Amino acid sequence: MILVKNLHKTYGKVTALNNLSFTVNDGEIFGVIGPDGSGKTSLFRILASVLLPNSGSAEMNGLSVSKDFKKIRNIIGYMPGRFSLYQDLSVEENLKFFATIFSTTIEENYHLIKDIYQQIEPFKKRRAGALSGGMKQKLALSCALIHKPEVLILDEPTTGVDPVSRKEFWDMLKRLKSEGITILVSTAYMDEAGLCDRIALMREGNFIATDTPQNIINSYNETLLAVQTENMSASLSDLRNHPKVKTCFAFGNQHHITVHADLSISDLQHYLNEKGYSTVEIKAIEPTVEDCFMALTNNP
Amino acid sequence: MKQFLAFVKKEFYHILRDGRTMLILLGMPIVQILLFGFAINMEVQNIRTVIFDPAQDAITTQISRRIAANRYFNMNKYVSSFDEINRLLQQGEIDVAIVYEQNFNENLIHTKKAQLQIITDASNPNTGTIVANYVMAIIGDYQKEMLRTNSIPYQINIENKLLYNPEMRSAYTFVPGIMGLVLLVICAIMTSISIVREKERGTMEVLLASPLKSWTVLISKTIPYLTLSFVNLITILLLSVYILNVPIQGSLVLLIFISVLFIFLALSLGLLISTAVDTQVVAVLISGIGLMMPALILSGMIFPIENMPLPLQWASSIVPARWYISAVKKVMIEGLGVAHIIKELSVIIGMIIFLIGASIANIKNRLA
Repeated sequence: MILVKNLHKTYGKVTALNNLSFTVNDGEIFGVIGPDGSGKTSLFRILASVLLPNSGSAEMNGLSVSKDFKKIRNIIGYMPGRFSLYQDLSVEENLKFFATIFSTTIEENYHLIKDIYQQIEPFKKRRAGALSGGMKQKLALSCALIHKPEVLILDEPTTGVDPVSRKEFWDMLKRLKSEGITILVSTAYMDEAGLCDRIALMREGNFIATDTPQNIINSYNETLLAVQTENMSASLSDLRNHPKVKTCFAFGNQHHITVHADLSISDLQHYLNEKGYSTVEIKAIEPTVEDCFMALTNNP
Repeated sequence: MKQFLAFVKKEFYHILRDGRTMLILLGMPIVQILLFGFAINMEVQNIRTVIFDPAQDAITTQISRRIAANRYFNMNKYVSSFDEINRLLQQGEIDVAIVYEQNFNENLIHTKKAQLQIITDASNPNTGTIVANYVMAIIGDYQKEMLRTNSIPYQINIENKLLYNPEMRSAYTFVPGIMGLVLLVICAIMTSISIVREKERGTMEVLLASPLKSWTVLISKTIPYLTLSFVNLITILLLSVYILNVPIQGSLVLLIFISVLFIFLALSLGLLISTAVDTQVVAVLISGIGLMMPALILSGMIFPIENMPLPLQWASSIVPARWYISAVKKVMIEGLGVAHIIKELSVIIGMIIFLIGASIANIKNRLA
């Protein structure tokens, strides 16, 4: 169990963490979701005991990350946001090295990493620096897991990884969860939020919401529409200029807009046609975590 | 212990797999010894010489022969006019011209005086002076012999005795210097770079979050460089004894003992630098400017410390290489025993204690 109380961290005048408090339960996948610069890495570094907070406390299975850092370092597996293995050592040498410094062997905990490691085992003689992004992350996860940690701290493990490998990576996290490992994971990909048991939406050093992904989506109380036209960039400003449109954001090939309840789809269709758009497609949609994040960011 | 060994093994992998760096580390002492030994030489050799001898008598011929026979001089030819000398000097074809006066022998017998002119190319003043001194030395020798056979009652002998380095061989000065420089470069610079590289590449973050102790990391970093510098030490000693003919006059054991002490000193300097900086570039700059330059300029390797202005002499006393070079000179060149290097030894040991203390105080268990 991770207990965080009033954690505060500043760099000069910049506040990275603003009196954060939260709890992560045993055997839970807890996702910290937020854009770059929201304070995820600072939080994870403090929890991994490699950074000191200005004030506040964090406990992991009863051990303080500040005072008991020596013990903490035996029970956590930490994977920093940057690829942090030795590029000039081979896959196997890296794994062996990390196994040894955690006073264990590859054989002892092979069952834990088996599923992941098997995928990169054909390349075990290859230098880590020559691996693809996805394989690097799988190796890094193997190295972070080799000593069977009680808590796994993964800072943006899927950033820069292709969609297939990302999916595989999350499947592995689920399997690790079933081994009883508590997993704290951060990501900038909102679509990964649904894969966590609970998520915290983070912005500018604050958690703006902490709940299960479903509860966060359920708490969304706006009317959400998806709009597609033949000229997406022009329609973005036209939609924003409509008096009854509250917010409008580009979401891939659609615009997600929130509107006042009294604006009907046909009214909006009419409005866009008048603006000169010939192909207009509008439909009501269910919100995603990203919509919730946007809504929370805009109406604090 | 297992962790420590695994770490040392990893360090060796880093070094062995970086072929270029490896080549530089092992090749550097060889190149430096050969460079200082043969190219950047304070001795002047192969002096291109011409002689203008209008007298052509017994004595001038004897003197000319002596000069021609000297190993520093390359006798080019006899010339017959000053114009030719001027032309050759201007074209840079000769380094020195020796001119006898007419009736050299007769003047010497009758007036006890004869004139000889040495014209050197002093566009490089150092070389010019040295060449002139060589010629005067040869003539002085000849004169002494003549005086002996002629049994003249009064003779003044000015004897310039050069102890320990009778031939004024510069190898005697720079071999200890290069030993100091190479050990400093490899131990201090490479150790600090290799630690700072872990910080820069982010691997330090993972190491910090592991149960590995900080000092284990630091100490294991030094082992491979300790080995490398020992190899280099042996290379330098072999090269200087067998290629440069600089013998080890004193005790080899004592020499190696001082060197190992100095290696520890350099390693602890490297550790201190690595605890203080965060990027490889800064580490190189600090060790390059802060360690190499003083080791080159203030250690007495190139410029004698006694000739420095007082403030620089004071500054030189905090340059570790100075004490090492001085100790090596005493043991290796002068053949002195341990009693004569007590001062050097105590300064070096004092510096080690200070630096290790400072590094330990500086070691961090966390980032930043």
